[in-house]
Amino acid sequence: MVAAGQVRSRSRRFVVLLLGVLLAVLTLSTLMAPPAHADDVNTTKYSYIFSGNVKYNNKPLAGVDITVSGNGYKAKVKTDEKGQWSVGVPKKKTYTITLDESTLPKGVIVTKGANEIQAKFGFTDEKSVNFFLGKGERQVVSFTDQLIGRAISGLNFGLMLALASIGLSLIYGTTGLANFAHAEFVTFGAVMTFAFSVLLSFPLWLAVPLAIVLSGALGWILDIGLWKPLRKRGLSIVQLMIVSIGLSLGLRYVFQYFIGGGTLQLPDTGSTKITLFGPVVLSRTDIISMSISIVVLVAVAYWILRTRTGKATRAISDNPALAAASGIDVDRVICLLWILGAALAGLSGILWAYFRPGIKWDMGWQLLLLIFAAVVLGGLGTAFGALVGSLVVGLLVEISTLWLPSDLKYVAPLTILIVVLLFRPQGILGRKERIG
Amino acid sequence: MDWGFIFSNTASWLLAPETIAYAIATVGLAVHFGYGGLLNFGQAGFMALGAYGYAISILTFHLPWWAGILVGMAAAVVFAFILGLPTLRLRADYLAIVTIAAAEVVRLLFNSTIWESVTGSANGLGGYHESFDAANPIPPGTYGFGPFQFNANDWWMRIFGLAVLAVALVVVWLLMRSPWGRVVKGVREDEDAVRALGKNVFSVKMQVLVLGGVLGSLGGVVLALPSAVVPGVYLPSLTFFLWTILLLGGAATIMGPVLGSLTFWLIMAFLSVLLPAMSSAGLLPFMTTVQAGIVRFIIVGAALMLIVVFRPQGFLGNKKELTFNAR
Repeated sequence: MVAAGQVRSRSRRFVVLLLGVLLAVLTLSTLMAPPAHADDVNTTKYSYIFSGNVKYNNKPLAGVDITVSGNGYKAKVKTDEKGQWSVGVPKKKTYTITLDESTLPKGVIVTKGANEIQAKFGFTDEKSVNFFLGKGERQVVSFTDQLIGRAISGLNFGLMLALASIGLSLIYGTTGLANFAHAEFVTFGAVMTFAFSVLLSFPLWLAVPLAIVLSGALGWILDIGLWKPLRKRGLSIVQLMIVSIGLSLGLRYVFQYFIGGGTLQLPDTGSTKITLFGPVVLSRTDIISMSISIVVLVAVAYWILRTRTGKATRAISDNPALAAASGIDVDRVICLLWILGAALAGLSGILWAYFRPGIKWDMGWQLLLLIFAAVVLGGLGTAFGALVGSLVVGLLVEISTLWLPSDLKYVAPLTILIVVLLFRPQGILGRKERIG
Repeated sequence: MDWGFIFSNTASWLLAPETIAYAIATVGLAVHFGYGGLLNFGQAGFMALGAYGYAISILTFHLPWWAGILVGMAAAVVFAFILGLPTLRLRADYLAIVTIAAAEVVRLLFNSTIWESVTGSANGLGGYHESFDAANPIPPGTYGFGPFQFNANDWWMRIFGLAVLAVALVVVWLLMRSPWGRVVKGVREDEDAVRALGKNVFSVKMQVLVLGGVLGSLGGVVLALPSAVVPGVYLPSLTFFLWTILLLGGAATIMGPVLGSLTFWLIMAFLSVLLPAMSSAGLLPFMTTVQAGIVRFIIVGAALMLIVVFRPQGFLGNKKELTFNAR
């Protein structure tokens, strides 16, 4: 989201875009005729063939490295003097096709993030794959600017992580259940927003609250329909935990059943970037998302510290039996926590769908371990611990990408989680007695 | 619908390497959870280490296949120590969270592009079969009957897998009826009582974690024998499938994992052919063929919930030997 695109001025980007589109049209039209002397790899060996034509400003680019990989297969090809290439693959499945940007001539780049394409065969056994090239230099941003950009991004991520974590932590504190299905509320919120805003074309200001209310309703239904009866049955916390794992597994595939395996987008996803000051560049959605998170988190903090139910929650976390004896309706409070936790997680899912961007059936699951890391880091069962832990995890995830490749960005918080348990198992804000 | 195909395809899973590999890894999980009471949710990590240890030692270090297996087992031992040191003193649910996180770290590291030349990144590794196939004592040809017709190499990997499974079962059976096994079960039932008898509970738990982890890595090796090692296989869902198998068969039983794995794979294979076939025959008008393929995973999730609630001892287990009363 940061690096390349944003430093370029708007008009220049427009030119690049125009060039890209022109190029695409040109390449597509040349492809109508079968490729003549493309550099071929395995095209006689296998019957499924990817091919393409790399051109810039209508001039073919020779010697550009293209890699086709996937399904345990990998092949590399260089474009010939006509800019053409083709690669045979063993299976009619999805492959990742990557263009090595360092082999492009100076001053030519693949326009924003598209040097990797997931290509899939249609009805035929051949598929043409084209990259959008444009004029431009790969951008170099100073380290401090990168750090600030990542930190703000991490703060944004940490805030939405906090929304998801608080419910998990409060439910753990009051019932002892480590709920592995909590992240499904995250997916549910995003999927419901998609259903209302895209499928039913509701405006966003209506679709988002509806999705949050429905997430809360799902939490309520799960509590009265599943968790409360199981608590009454006297299941141990380990049994409850395994039930939540089964529920998570089942729900995830229910989502996949309805929305498929691909990525869906919410309306207004790629909004324009606004430079606030210096290196701080945020999109409108980022600003709205962070404001919503902060307002909601402050409200939750007020609720926990000042209201009767909030106090009752803390009392139950401390000692459920004593709380019940002093006249607190434990079941009612727990039910409220399920509704609140689920609604917050649903909201977090909506914000995350804009941050990632996109909605996927297993998006919540990708977040779950980070939620656990945040909650354990902050101290299991404490609401404010969840907040602190989430911010730490969010910052870690984003800032670690300065040194680690982005495919390892979730490794840092998970490693920290293990290390924290070595030295301070009760977490940052937890009390020693909780770990038993 | 072609019932002949549906049934023969289902039956072939009786002897599939996947069925055998899942059974071996679940025996490891039975040692962890069934006998030792340890909530390990990272068995997929142990399996990944076994599979990658095997493949990498053959491809990168040109070791023979049996040495590759030993490397995989050694990696599992190291991983068990790393995992156990911070968590075995903590409460059960902490172990669950840490093991699942650690297994994900292992998968993400194998998935990363940093070591692509060694690990193959997201595409995984293949083409390490030569050494194992060269050790095949069966003369080339196709053997078997009905749905169980395989060529010599396919039989070799199945027989090898079954042999590993048999050895694992015998070892676990002997260990669990030994004095050491009684201490392990004692730790599961009441840690403090065992500690009062002067046993080192932490050390016993660590031994249990190592033993079950090594069995998990052997499961990973057997899973890697037929085709390739791909990081996308070793997701947490793999661990959850193993848990479903374990609880289906019975956690603290010797034959439970085998029975569980057979049941799990036969039902999965049956549904994987039956549901799409029913859908394309128009019997399931409300779902597409792709959706029909997903339904079986929803059923697995529901089944896991139902087993834990209504029959936590599984097919073969003894209700008295339940290990859910973790502190």
